[in-house]
Amino acid sequence: MAQKTIELEVGRGREMGVDGNPSLSPIAPFDIVEPDMNTEHMLINIGPQHPATHGVLRLVCELDGETVKRVVPDIGYLHSSFEKLGEYRTWNQIVPLTDRMDYLAPLIYNCAYVMAVEQLMGIEVTERCKVVRVILMELDRIFGHLLWLGTTAIDVGAFTPFLYSFQERERIYKMHESLTGARITTSATRVGGMMADLPEGWTDQLREFLDTFPDTLAEVHHLLTGNQIHIGRTQGIGIINGADAINYGFTGPNLRAAGIDYDVRRNRPYYDYETYDFEIPVGEHGDCYDRYLCRMEEMQQSVGILRQALDRLPDGPINVADPSISLPSKTDAMSDMESMIHHFKVITDGIPAPEGDCYFAVEGSKGELGMYLVAEEGATKPVRWRIRPPSFVNLSVIAKLAEGHLVSDLIMINASLDIVLGEIDR
Amino acid sequence: MADKKDSAGLDAVDAGPVSSDVSGEHHAGTEGDASEHASVAALRERFADAVVRHRVYSGGQHVVWIAPEKSHEILAWLRDDPDHRYDMMSDVTAVDYGNGRPVNMVYQMYSMVHKRELRLRCELPLDALEIDSVVDLWKVADWLEREVFDLFGVTFNGHPDLRRILMPADYAEGHPLRKDFPLRGRFSRAEQTRRALNQDVERFYRAEDLSAGHAPQEVAPVEVGTLASDDAEGDA
Repeated sequence: MAQKTIELEVGRGREMGVDGNPSLSPIAPFDIVEPDMNTEHMLINIGPQHPATHGVLRLVCELDGETVKRVVPDIGYLHSSFEKLGEYRTWNQIVPLTDRMDYLAPLIYNCAYVMAVEQLMGIEVTERCKVVRVILMELDRIFGHLLWLGTTAIDVGAFTPFLYSFQERERIYKMHESLTGARITTSATRVGGMMADLPEGWTDQLREFLDTFPDTLAEVHHLLTGNQIHIGRTQGIGIINGADAINYGFTGPNLRAAGIDYDVRRNRPYYDYETYDFEIPVGEHGDCYDRYLCRMEEMQQSVGILRQALDRLPDGPINVADPSISLPSKTDAMSDMESMIHHFKVITDGIPAPEGDCYFAVEGSKGELGMYLVAEEGATKPVRWRIRPPSFVNLSVIAKLAEGHLVSDLIMINASLDIVLGEIDR
Repeated sequence: MADKKDSAGLDAVDAGPVSSDVSGEHHAGTEGDASEHASVAALRERFADAVVRHRVYSGGQHVVWIAPEKSHEILAWLRDDPDHRYDMMSDVTAVDYGNGRPVNMVYQMYSMVHKRELRLRCELPLDALEIDSVVDLWKVADWLEREVFDLFGVTFNGHPDLRRILMPADYAEGHPLRKDFPLRGRFSRAEQTRRALNQDVERFYRAEDLSAGHAPQEVAPVEVGTLASDDAEGDA
């Protein structure tokens, strides 16, 4: 991640040291005598409706001049009590709730939830289903990172990457639509398989995307990675070291930017991720710039994983053969007595679970996305459905990261954490 | 007829989910094999009195129930002992089974060093919903414990800033994720609307409502009334 260039010294003048890090030299080169003024700290309120908060987030800041003394995030404006609603729904009925949490990468949430249910019930999905879910999750990792890229670039004043990334997102939206019929609220997964198999021509659509998307990514790299303004706004801002990052619960690109090589796909592999050839980018400094580089590289790696997954995509059924879990085809349900009974039982009764609890984590686009389920013997509804929200935990660190920085840096730090309020408030 | 049916359905919603017909002590499943998990075996040896039971669920996930009064000591030991080093607290949450059964605190941990997962649970009886906070061990527990306090009503002793986090600060209907909480809230829709309209929005801009987990700044005269009246006082 040592992509720091020599352009820095020229660009930043005497505020930037030779090592590329900003030095804290005072603006006036002589000793400043602090005047004995009765200064008051100012309380300002950012949000809840503000484009730079990336959602319905309110930040109350105590300022000394333009320096942030402390930040108090105020969340809960989007609270919809999904976890409570889940207790009234059968296992499959919960799926539509999951994509409404992280609407920026809905398929990862769909997949993570059913994977946890399958882990709880001991269901082994088909090989084709595994690869299809890997494809969908990696596609939505790019999808989520692209939104972060565009909106973060706009926060530091770069408008073009926003247009580039949203053009690419539109192509993924179209793929969502042809796969599930919806652009955001996908609800694509079911316990034991998928709502439907990939439609005809979908893989060609994806291959075409994979062929052209890296060019866009390279262009954004040209625009931002060596850009003096972008470097000045991000390097040395919001630093956290590795030990603190673990203790404060950072996961995902935020943790890896702090130099910790932790990725759920590598540390606790699921769906044969250990057999895919990909690298996990790790930063050095734990600042906003390293978080940017980590995410840019992750998109590149996801393209590689997607290509490998498309190459190994096997034929065969996508749903498990067990009729007490998967629905029969509509034709069978209408013509065959047995199938109709199974259809009726799965829809009305639901799928019985064994007694126990289950924590299942996947690497979401924001960090470790855990699903915790508690069931009683034979229950078709969860006693407790808990989402371990990566953005919620990442946002809680903002008070530590922003202390002592300027208000404009607070905006950059907030953007660099990549939060989505639908999932924070749930 | 149709009306009657509908209202019965809504009553069911108001009554809250009935998750379990088993009340009191109920622990299905068989004791797990402690030799499969090094940390469970060590816990059994070192804290024999505090380990209540051990189960293996969902294809090899080890769950250990511990006594709540020893929870902080055990968690600190698991974090610091070189053979275990659970440096990452993945999740802190709670489970309410309803029917008078105790609320379960859940600690999901991961060890970066040994690449090992462990889940601890503590049973808190409904008349004593309190446990020691682990914010001093893992900073990540700050917001997670606030969420459990907000949604379940569990008090965390030693938490620096125990306030509601998802529900409004003046939310008066209780703790929504408890099983005795009806899905549509305790108050009628009319009462909920009345409260929302009568809310003193400016109140939430007061500095004393925002006293976060930091020590208050001594230099800062933060006892200003509201943001709006702040200017007015300055002029006067």
